[in-house]
Amino acid sequence: MSALIKSSIARKVVMALSGLFLVLFLLLHLTINLSSVINPDIFNQWSHFMGYNPLVQYLMQPILIAGVVVHFVMGIVLELQNNRARTVKYAQFKGSANASWVSRNMIISGLVVLAFLGLHFYDFWIHEMAYKYVEVNPQDPTRYYAETVEKFEPIWRTVIYVVSFILLSMHLWHGFASSFQSMGLNNKYTPNLKKFTKVYALIVPLGFVFIALYHHLNPLTH
Amino acid sequence: MNLHLKIWRQQNANSKGKMVDYPISGVESDMSFLEMLDVLNESLINKGEEPIAFDHDCREGICGTCSLMINGEPHGPDRLITACQLHMRKFKDGDTIVIEPFRAKAFPVIKDLIIDRTAFDRIQQAGGYISVNTSGNTVDANAIPIEKHKADEAMDAATCIGCGACVAACKNASAMLFTSAKVSQFSLLPQGRVEATERVQNMVRQMDLEGFGNCTNTGACEVECPKGISLENIARMNREYLMATSKG
Repeated sequence: MSALIKSSIARKVVMALSGLFLVLFLLLHLTINLSSVINPDIFNQWSHFMGYNPLVQYLMQPILIAGVVVHFVMGIVLELQNNRARTVKYAQFKGSANASWVSRNMIISGLVVLAFLGLHFYDFWIHEMAYKYVEVNPQDPTRYYAETVEKFEPIWRTVIYVVSFILLSMHLWHGFASSFQSMGLNNKYTPNLKKFTKVYALIVPLGFVFIALYHHLNPLTH
Repeated sequence: MNLHLKIWRQQNANSKGKMVDYPISGVESDMSFLEMLDVLNESLINKGEEPIAFDHDCREGICGTCSLMINGEPHGPDRLITACQLHMRKFKDGDTIVIEPFRAKAFPVIKDLIIDRTAFDRIQQAGGYISVNTSGNTVDANAIPIEKHKADEAMDAATCIGCGACVAACKNASAMLFTSAKVSQFSLLPQGRVEATERVQNMVRQMDLEGFGNCTNTGACEVECPKGISLENIARMNREYLMATSKG
């Protein structure tokens, strides 16, 4: 077992599995968020369910947080290991000749998404925890839509969100397909699978961009 | 053709190296890259200077000995060739060419452009073989029928010449393409299946011990490999490794 933990392949599989889990989560997140531009009531119902359902709160939420932590901690561990594997750097290294920018800079897109998560947690999760457990406010199933739309009033926050989603798209562009290769899946279906992952990498973050811009351009009428 | 060369010079494994400029003239376009270095070395010897140490052997792209990083790419800008097969017609008069050794912690520089690639030997020794009784009753390998596509895939993997371009090209200095080719060339054949479980575990363990980086699937190795070894080999090795370790 200890050999497995130390193994480079096992670590890559941990990256792949946690990444795939987060990829799936993004789809759920996008689906719920899209309801905010279609029907505020549906969005409120969904948000209230996610905020108070014990299964979501005490089982799914900790699993999600663990998934995020495992993915970025392992990503940083692997990055540090990779840096140590070439102690003397090349005077000239033409990385663009043989690999895409996104595949070579997963750490950059990953760290941007991680920094974004800090802001995103501050904006929504910490606010939510304070509302429920610190201020101990009563349940209000109608508050979520207004709280969300309000967040996108300042242009700076909307810009940060949009830029982060673009970086997320780049991260998925390489990472989604790469996770299958890490787990040993490379066969006749791979070209089509790659196409699917690239469509996903564009559509899902684009959906989040659309929602952020929509709420910025359609503020609440006070 | 007149060229401006920038070449890594390093006295020995313990000394600190540096890039040194060498202008060179009279280079013919039909010279190979190594012949151009031969010309430079002759001029250095005539001037009483120490020639540049670089690895070479067959000079026809099959031994995997030459190992130059040329203008930021292993074996230079051309594809599916080694440095000895690179010709000076790929460069223009007045070009600056940067020549460095393949760089990885697991490939320490011995002198100038010569590196120590015995890490690959140790990976190979960890499992890149099959155990055959050679006491006189050895079964002819060709007596076992093998599907054509399997034989072709195994042969494709076996064309790896162990030059180390995959490690040199990888931003992480990962040796996954080499190791996976050596795992695959055996595991695809019935003779290699017998020891497949131990082989993949032992070779991956040795690869990690040597201090190579982790694969991030950029695909740079596949592009730069002079023999066109496919990334499918890495997926196969990952698959076999996971199955082998899950068996315990």
